[in-house]
Amino acid sequence: MQLYGTDIASRLMLGTAQYPSPTVLAEAFRRSGAGIATVSVRREAGGARAGAAFWELVRDLDVALLPNTAGCHSVREAVTTAQLARELFDTPWIKLEVIGHADTLQPDPFGLVEAARILTDEGFKVFPYTTEDVVLAGRLLDAGCEVLMPWGAPIGTGLGLTNIYGLRTLRAQFPEVPMVVDAGLGLPSQAAIAMEMGFDAVLLNTAVAKAGDPAAMAEGFGRAVEAGGLAYHADPMEPRDMAAPSTPLIGKAFLE
Amino acid sequence: MKITINGTQTETGVETLAAVLDEFGYGDARVATAVNEQFVPVAQRGQTTLEPGDRVEIVTPRQGG
Repeated sequence: MQLYGTDIASRLMLGTAQYPSPTVLAEAFRRSGAGIATVSVRREAGGARAGAAFWELVRDLDVALLPNTAGCHSVREAVTTAQLARELFDTPWIKLEVIGHADTLQPDPFGLVEAARILTDEGFKVFPYTTEDVVLAGRLLDAGCEVLMPWGAPIGTGLGLTNIYGLRTLRAQFPEVPMVVDAGLGLPSQAAIAMEMGFDAVLLNTAVAKAGDPAAMAEGFGRAVEAGGLAYHADPMEPRDMAAPSTPLIGKAFLE
Repeated sequence: MKITINGTQTETGVETLAAVLDEFGYGDARVATAVNEQFVPVAQRGQTTLEPGDRVEIVTPRQGG
């Protein structure tokens, strides 16, 4: 998979928040085989140096880093956060979040497009956290985005793919655009379905970090993503309403 | 003069952003900065003079989803 010209071997992208400990986080990444880790920028109290410890931890994961603008509700805030992240993580990649609704954390489509255009003009490689809206997707591509990250469900809900029709339409509308289903996944089976639908990757955090055994769940997601991707490229059979025997009837012993 | 660092009002005796970072122990830390909601790159910290009431943000790498 190529994202902005960079080869990424794994189709799983994993967040780094909410794990019970740094050790569990590292083990989850190791067992998942994830190729990209999402990170953020936050204030630090003087002398605490939590940021330095975290930086060492993610550097040792040996994966590509995708900083986010999580929690930003305005274009200005998101753009400034992206600028801070670019310097801090030394990457032009940015997972652009412009949140428009407090309860659903739904992206603000208007602010998202505006921020995507500003950041693209400044040389950023924008990964927009968006909905499954086809018109919005087109606007984001027009703004310079080369990757789209539609939600499966609202962040942290674990509801899975709540609008299969919308996601299928989006996938079909822009077949050449790398698309990552981002947010809302709760189980590996949901990730497998996204991959079977032809999405290029999935991004998740809470489903792994908040599982009773995060490392095992991470491995489960890793296998599901691989299985779903294999199935998509294996040209699946068409479902049918009538039964069709799989075992040949010719040569069956006559026993009546 | 009084400035605000990461939301907390603070008294400082120095004038540039670079000097403030040194004064509060961020001199060699991996941080990024903004003043009054405007990003200030590393290379401009030395020339960025602060005024009373300025709002300084100092951020570091953290966990994210």
